[in-house]
Amino acid sequence: MATYSTNEFKGGLKVMLEGDPCAIIENEYVKPGKGQAFNRVKIRNLKTGRVIERTFKSGESLEGADVTDIEMQYLYNDGEFRHFMVPDTFEQYQADPKTVGDAVNWLKDQNMCTVTLWNGEPLSVTPSNFVELTIVETDPGVRGDTSGGGGKPATLETGAVVRVPLFVQTGEVVKVDTRTGEYVSRVKE
Amino acid sequence: MQEPWQPACETGLLQLRARMLASIREFFAGRQVLEVETPLLSLTAGTDPQLDFFTTEYCLPPQSQTLFLQTSPEFAMKRLLASGSGSIYQICKAFRNGESGRYHNPEFTLLEWYRVAFSLDQLMDECAELCWVLFAGELLQSVEKLSYQTIFQRYTGLDALEFCYEDYNRYTQQNGFAEASAICRDNHSLWLDFIFSHAVQPNFAGSVLTMIHGYPACLSSLARYNPADGRVTERFELFIGGIELGNGYHELLDPVEQNRRFEHEIRQRHDHGRSVPVKDTRLLAALRHGMPACSGVAIGLDRLLMLLSNSDHISKVIAFPINTA
Repeated sequence: MATYSTNEFKGGLKVMLEGDPCAIIENEYVKPGKGQAFNRVKIRNLKTGRVIERTFKSGESLEGADVTDIEMQYLYNDGEFRHFMVPDTFEQYQADPKTVGDAVNWLKDQNMCTVTLWNGEPLSVTPSNFVELTIVETDPGVRGDTSGGGGKPATLETGAVVRVPLFVQTGEVVKVDTRTGEYVSRVKE
Repeated sequence: MQEPWQPACETGLLQLRARMLASIREFFAGRQVLEVETPLLSLTAGTDPQLDFFTTEYCLPPQSQTLFLQTSPEFAMKRLLASGSGSIYQICKAFRNGESGRYHNPEFTLLEWYRVAFSLDQLMDECAELCWVLFAGELLQSVEKLSYQTIFQRYTGLDALEFCYEDYNRYTQQNGFAEASAICRDNHSLWLDFIFSHAVQPNFAGSVLTMIHGYPACLSSLARYNPADGRVTERFELFIGGIELGNGYHELLDPVEQNRRFEHEIRQRHDHGRSVPVKDTRLLAALRHGMPACSGVAIGLDRLLMLLSNSDHISKVIAFPINTA
């Protein structure tokens, strides 16, 4: 892999730091007028998801990380691994629960998602920003209620629980924002 | 694709810049300080160990000569002082290679002035007066003058003048800067730069003009040593909020000492693999002739404009910053 100097650290660049693949979030150039220049860098560890701040002497470099995001279709859960496929090539990948992480809440068979590969192995899974899922269980609501205020918990087909307005019923399909885990709207079939 | 030809800043900022420049000229005219111009393109360049310069080729066939774009107009202005100009100021562009970021554009505007017979303290007071005029009572609430040692002690508990690796290392380990020891090792000035910029400077209040004086000797190249305490120099820096605005010296007059520092810095640059400039022997000749005792300061006007307009990036106050220049 190529190496990147602090001057090339831009949001989204993937680099290796202490053996872990990381993504640069922010890079601030700090230089006392007559003194040494530093780069104060905000970095996300792609394995743990943790964000740290780290200072480098300007001009230092890090090795690039072989990390790629690929759109894949979620296939099935075999009890131990979740399986994904690249639609164009039919290439398949399996990911353990630690790799899938919270994305498990939004994975529905046949849906597309982003699988991040590091050296060809799944590193993390990111669902689409919005998914449409069927409610499998929620308390019967009150008729005439509008979407403002209140709400009730609803269990979705993936097992995730979201708050929905009182008028939404079991069996209906709802659109959810996976970044916040919040209900967006009902989906007319 | 359309070429991005438009300026990066709004028209209002062009007007604000013009008003700021007019106020500065009025300020100095009222004090009989002479406006001067000196070359941006010169045979020599500053030897500052941490500044990189641009070079260009001056072609007068069949001859060709490397010239330097100035990192500051200091040396030429000192030659004017030695010639008997009296107190002088200049508003000009300065160039520093490789400096780009929220507070840095490699080409920027400097206000630099020298006051004959002024002590450092008098010059600090004049800086404060200029800032009061420019901010016209808004934003700035007060002025604080503190020694480097005092402010360092206040925010870190460390002694800036006595290097103690164990103390410095413990402090950075405990405050989320574990990487400091690998970067700074046994280099006192690197430790000071690291800790000051990461743990001291960010604490300065936005409404206060903070002037830090008494810089440790290892951090100053052109200031005089304090006659009462050789560990510090007669240098100050000014800040508003965490933004470093300028740097001032009680200027060094001794040509022998100046030459020694030139040689020392050129050796440092050579050892660190940085390009080595030509030593300014004309400045040394001027000092040998005799320069009147004076204090001088340079202020970054683009950063001042950032504060005046509450902008969060230097590219928002420059019509054509480096990426669209």
